[in-house]
Formats: sequence, C-alpha cells, structure tokens
Amino acid sequence: MANDHGDAGTPSGQAAHIGAHGHGARLDDATGTHTVGHEWDGIEELDTPLPRWWLMLFYTTIVFAIGYVVVYPALPGLHSASPGTLGWTSRGALAAEMKAADAGHAATRAAIAATPVEDLVRNTPLMRAAIEGGRAAFKVNCVQCHGAGAAGSKGYPNLNDDDWLWGGDIGAIHQTLQHGIRYPGDDATRASQMPAFGRDGILTAAQVQDVVSHVRVISGQEPASASATRGAAIFAANCAVCHGDAGQGNRLVGAPRLSDKIWLYGGDRATLTETVTNARGGVMPAWSQRLDPVTVKMLAAYVHSLGGGEAGPQADAAPIAAAPAAAAPAAPAP
Amino acid sequence: MTATDPGLAKVLKQKDTDQGSGALYAARAPVFPRKIDGPFRRFKWAVMALCLIIYWGTPWLRWDRGAFSPSQAVLVDMAHRRFYMFAIEIWPHEFYFVAGLLIMAGIGLFLVTTVVGRAWCGYACPQTVWTDLYQHVDRLIDGDRNAQMRLYKAPWTLSKLARRLAKWSIYLVIAFMTGGAWIFYFADAPTLSRDFWTGTADPIAYATVGVLTATTFVLGGFMREQVCIYMCPWPRIQSAMLDEKSLLVTYKHWRGEPRGSLKTAADPALKIGDCIDCHQCEAVCPTGIDIREGSQLGCITCGLCIDACDRAMAQIGRPRGLIDYCTLEDATREAHGEPDAPVLKTMLRARTLIYFGVWAGIGLGLLFMLGTRTRLTLSVAKDRNPEFVQLSGGAVRDGFTVKVRNMEDRPRPVELTTAGEPGALLYTDDMDERLARPVLNLTAPADTTLRLRIYVLGPNGAKPGPITFRLTARDQARGHDRGQDSTPSLFSTPEGNGQ
Repeated sequence: MANDHGDAGTPSGQAAHIGAHGHGARLDDATGTHTVGHEWDGIEELDTPLPRWWLMLFYTTIVFAIGYVVVYPALPGLHSASPGTLGWTSRGALAAEMKAADAGHAATRAAIAATPVEDLVRNTPLMRAAIEGGRAAFKVNCVQCHGAGAAGSKGYPNLNDDDWLWGGDIGAIHQTLQHGIRYPGDDATRASQMPAFGRDGILTAAQVQDVVSHVRVISGQEPASASATRGAAIFAANCAVCHGDAGQGNRLVGAPRLSDKIWLYGGDRATLTETVTNARGGVMPAWSQRLDPVTVKMLAAYVHSLGGGEAGPQADAAPIAAAPAAAAPAAPAP
Repeated sequence: MTATDPGLAKVLKQKDTDQGSGALYAARAPVFPRKIDGPFRRFKWAVMALCLIIYWGTPWLRWDRGAFSPSQAVLVDMAHRRFYMFAIEIWPHEFYFVAGLLIMAGIGLFLVTTVVGRAWCGYACPQTVWTDLYQHVDRLIDGDRNAQMRLYKAPWTLSKLARRLAKWSIYLVIAFMTGGAWIFYFADAPTLSRDFWTGTADPIAYATVGVLTATTFVLGGFMREQVCIYMCPWPRIQSAMLDEKSLLVTYKHWRGEPRGSLKTAADPALKIGDCIDCHQCEAVCPTGIDIREGSQLGCITCGLCIDACDRAMAQIGRPRGLIDYCTLEDATREAHGEPDAPVLKTMLRARTLIYFGVWAGIGLGLLFMLGTRTRLTLSVAKDRNPEFVQLSGGAVRDGFTVKVRNMEDRPRPVELTTAGEPGALLYTDDMDERLARPVLNLTAPADTTLRLRIYVLGPNGAKPGPITFRLTARDQARGHDRGQDSTPSLFSTPEGNGQ
C-alpha cells in the first residue's frame, strides 16, 4: 500500500491521528488531507488515502485468491501441485475437450464406418471429411517414415506419385494400411520375399553386375551393352517371374516396376548392386492393430487423394501419366 | 475573449471564491430546461426526427441482391464477414473502404466545425438527440421547468414516487428501443426480431440490447450534459479547432451590458444595455450554462438560447439577435461598430477549403476504387512439401492450392489456364489424372471463395521456372468488372524451381 503510516483506507480516522503522521506532517488547507512530512524545494506530498472502492476491490481480490487456491491446483509440491477441491486438471480439461470434439465428429465417423471404402466417392462431403480426418491422422502416425508431405525417402515410398507397389486404388491402399507389409503380427499382411541373389550365392558378382546393367538399360539410364545383353538372360531366368518379362513389375507380390523413373532405394549402379546382392524388403505396420477402423479408412482416403490415387484395381501399372490429353472431354465443374 | 469581457471576469471571480473555500468538488446542479419555440428549436426537432428515423428505420430497408446474398439494404454481417450498404458489398479484405469512410467522417466533422462550429454537438450527436428526447419526457410527465424544479425539491411522497416510476419506465422503453434497434444492423432484421421475441435469438443479441439499454438509460436519462462536459473528448478537440472565424453562439455583450431590468433601463443616465437579465437564455439551456459568460465547453451551440432571447427581445420591442450565431471576428467588428465580414469570405477560407479538398479527395478516391475493384480474384499457393512429384513416366507433377474468390452475388463460369510451361495439363484432386487438360472449366460459386487443389502435370522434359495462373470469367455481361485475374507462381522439377 502506498500509505506507510498505517491508516490507509480510513479517511474518517485521519484527522484524529495526527500523531501517526511523520515528522513535519501538517494538515493541508486546500484538501483537508495531511502531508506525509517530507518536503523538497517547497514541494510536499499529500498523504491521500486510497479510494475506498479501490481498497474494497483489492480486498476482494485477496478473498478471491484464497478461494482460488482452495478450489484449484495452486500450491506447488515436490511432484505435483495441491489438487484443489474441484479436482480440475489441465489434462482432464483437454480430455474433456477432446471428448467433446470427438462427439461432434461422431455422425461423420459413423457414416464413414458404414460405407465400404471402395464406395467413398470423390468430391462428396463424406469423402472430403474422410480426407481431412486422414490428413490429421497421417500427421500423427505416418510422417515419421513417409514425411510430412508424404514424399517418402529412401526405402519409404512417396505416396504422391503414380507408382504403387501393391496397388493404388483406394481398396488396395486400405488393404495395405490395415494389414501392413511383411508385418510379422498380421496373417493377412502383404508378404513377398526377394531372394538375396548375391549373398546367397544364386548369382555370382559378375552376374549381378550384368543384371544391374540390364535394369539400367530398361529404365533408360544406360545405352545397351554386352553386359546388359548377358544380364537380360539372367533377368529372364531369375527376376522376370516377379518383376515381369519387361521389368514392368507385379503388384500381386509387390514387385516394383523397374522400367520407370521412380526408385524406392535408388537406380544408380551401386544401389542396384546392393539391392540385387542383399535383396530388399520394407516393412510397414498393420495399422488396424493400432488404429480404429474409421481412422484407417480415413487414412486410405487421404493417401488416395494425394494425386496418384487410381480409380479402380489395376493388374499392372497405370498408363504413363503425361500422355497428351488435349482432346479430353469437358471436366465436371467441381 | 479578452480579459475585459464581463462574462469571463465573472467566471474568474467565481473561481477565486471556489479556491478560497478549499472545496475541489462541485456537485452537479440539475438542469431543468424550459420549453421554448423558435426557428432553432424547430430545426432541432427536424434533425432529431431525421436522426431517429434513420436510426430506427435503416435496418428495415430491403434491397434485392438475388438468391445468394441477404436482402437487407444496410447490414454488417459479422458471421459471414460481409458488409452490405445498398449496392455496395464489402469483404473483409476491403475494409479500407470502411476505414476511408471513417476518416471522411472525421474530416467531415472538422469541416463542419470550421464552417459552423459545434453543429454536430448541438443537433446531430446521439447524446444530444437522446438527451433532448429524455428532456421532453421530463416535460411530459413532470411539467415544464418550474414544475420539475418543485418536484425535484419536494419530499419523497407516494405521488412523487409514482411520477418518477412512470418517467423512468418511459426512459427504459426508449432505452430499450434504442438498444434493441442496434442489433438489427448485424442480422436480418425481420428474422432477428422474430427470434428476439420468441427467445431464440443468439445470447449475444440479448446481451447487446441489455448493455445498450443500460447505457442509453443512464447516459440519456441521468448523465446528460455531464457526458458532454466531462466525458466527451470532442469538445476538447474542438477547443483546439475553433478559430476567430468559427461560428459560435455569442452573447453580444457590447450591446447587452450593463444589464438591467426594464425599470432600471428607463433611466437613461444609467446607460443600461439591451439585456434585461430575464435569465431566459439560462432557463432553456439543455446543458444549464449561462451563455452570457462567454464561449465555454458546456455550450453545444444548439441555439435554444437564441430562440429564448429573440422571444424576449420581441416582447419588449427590441431587435433580435442579442444572443446569436456569430464569429469572434464579427464580434470584434460589431463591438467596434463595423459591419460583419461577408459570410462567403468567412466560409471560403484556406482552412475550410483544405478540409473540403481532403474530404472530397478521399471520397473520390474511394469511389474510384469502388468502380475499378476486381470482384473475381485468384490466389495461388504452391506446395512446399513435396515441391514436385516425379511420376513413373518421367513427367513431373506440381501441386498448388488455388483460391478463386467470386465476390458477386451470382455463380460465375470461369476457366483456369496456365502460361509459362507449354503443354502443362491441369486437374483437380476430384478428377482422374487421365482427364487432365490445358484448360479447366469451373464454376465459381456466388459470394464465396472456392478452394481447389490443382495438380499441374508438366510435359516430359519440362524445365523448372515461372508459371502464371490465369482465371477468366466466361460471362462478361456486367461491363464494370474485368472478370479476370492472374497470379505468378513457380513450377518445380528435380532440377530446381528456376530461381
């Protein structure tokens, strides 16, 4: 309090307590208030009491603060604060808010749950909702491997492009999400095993190099060579069963197309040598074991919406994208 | 005012006495203005009627904007972030129109003040209008000045209580109508009115009405001139704005002083002036001042004292205008027996012309912007992650978030194209990639921003670099709209983004 003479807030008692004021204090005629006693260059300070309304407000805040300390967590302890009689916690408040938010989504989630994933049609409000829900779930569960923009990295596929190992229609994506890839804890997981051609002695080091040459030729990275011609024969005998005669891949076994511009691990000679020698086999968890079915569906919708989603199941890769479509029919207005 | 001014001298003398007593606080002296009739009172009636009609009537004016926008002529639609004023519709990003209007209102106030003094305070200010209204309620219930004063001093009897309750009830009804009308500017008036009375309106509507009812009740019913004298910053600003050519309500002391009753004035040796000290100018004053003390903060220049004084002068057969609108310059001239400066010369001075020029300039600028604004706009945000997507066939695809803002109240067919990347094809995330085409035909919904995910498929071997998105309306019916917009962006490939 500004008043250091002990009678703040008692204007009525002021006149009676002249002795309580400091040395040199006097009654100021103009205001009827005492001075505090000190003076400098003829300037004195009035000992004006605080306004009563202000003081009452101040006392009210003190009372409020005491009540607050009692009902809310306030006093710090070694491990936690005092609980408060209301039992309020910020974690509990968050949980309640999340519950309320979930309740707001309940109808949409029920509708998504009732709709088979293949029947989620583009450009419907339900699909839009599913995509947005999937976007949120993706940021929590998927970005660790596939990246915030779903662009992937070495060994983790880019989900924006049109190259799908196991299928790019929404049903196939959903299947992959549900059961994972080579995931030990799920019987329905997508499984295949590429042989370690070099390590297991199926091919010699020179043969591996010839196969690599062949792959680099069919993917348009190298001109034809004698090594590649030798490699073509080895490819036909060892690789074509999964990757196809022309290296076009096979989605039934998740064998990537080798004739395109997209490489999961890399298309340079060293990486391809490593791939053929020791084999590759990426693993993805079966998300139906960790997430509820609606969230998995929403993730499928989101991944399908990233630009490479295919309209329906396709036995083989989609047609090459940039084919001219100048004479295409009029697009529906979105 | 010079120190020789008798009014000022009286005030200074009064101040001395105040200091002597040591009291720094003066209780409010209640004001009971007497009823008066005259040209200025009638003008005040007219302005009050106009202000109240505009205030209460405006939300109920209808204006047909078609099926996609509200049909209320003046509407501040906070919920949908639109401001409608007759044919003009403003979006949040065009708030500078509102800012411009507010600046114009401010400068307009300066302009009016320079030309005719505190005309705003005297006639059009809501505080003045509602105070005036409430003072008429006082007269209606309690009678004119003398009856009001008697009742004020009378002890609290049942009859006084009844009269007070009746008066305060009318106060409350007016306050409620005032606060109640305000909310209709922010929602469809007929709908909100129905909702309001059936108890289904938004709580914010009831809260707003409650707060404004309370403020009107207190400010208009009880605080009145204290708002003008103690609370309002405008009189202070005006003290700095008035000059010797501003119109003030002036007591012509050179004509009126020394004062004396008619009886005293009969003695020619006393050289008594025209003022018969009848106090009618004080009695009618809505802020309770004595204009004969000179120009002062409490004078809102409503001219009611002029009406009162003119009436008194007419009764005793002396010329009108002992109290009159007069500039300080003319006051000095008249005091020295010179003619007034020509009105036009007083009005058309550099200050008023500059204010008018700035005011009109801003107004014309706003009109020009209004006429040339684009009501179909395009904005494009390029995907940053991933910046590009390599497709298996060798082509590169970039993603963009495109916003098409159609500010008109009708859906518009538009086409979206790109320039800078020859052979580029477009498709949305709702379309199959195989339907990608160079030109996307879309419909921009009425009065809304359409947000699209657009994929641009570069041709094989596309080089990174600038790409421009172009939006063109395929209907150019309305001549005032350019109907097209373009936005630059970048096309990225594994080689970079051309920068």
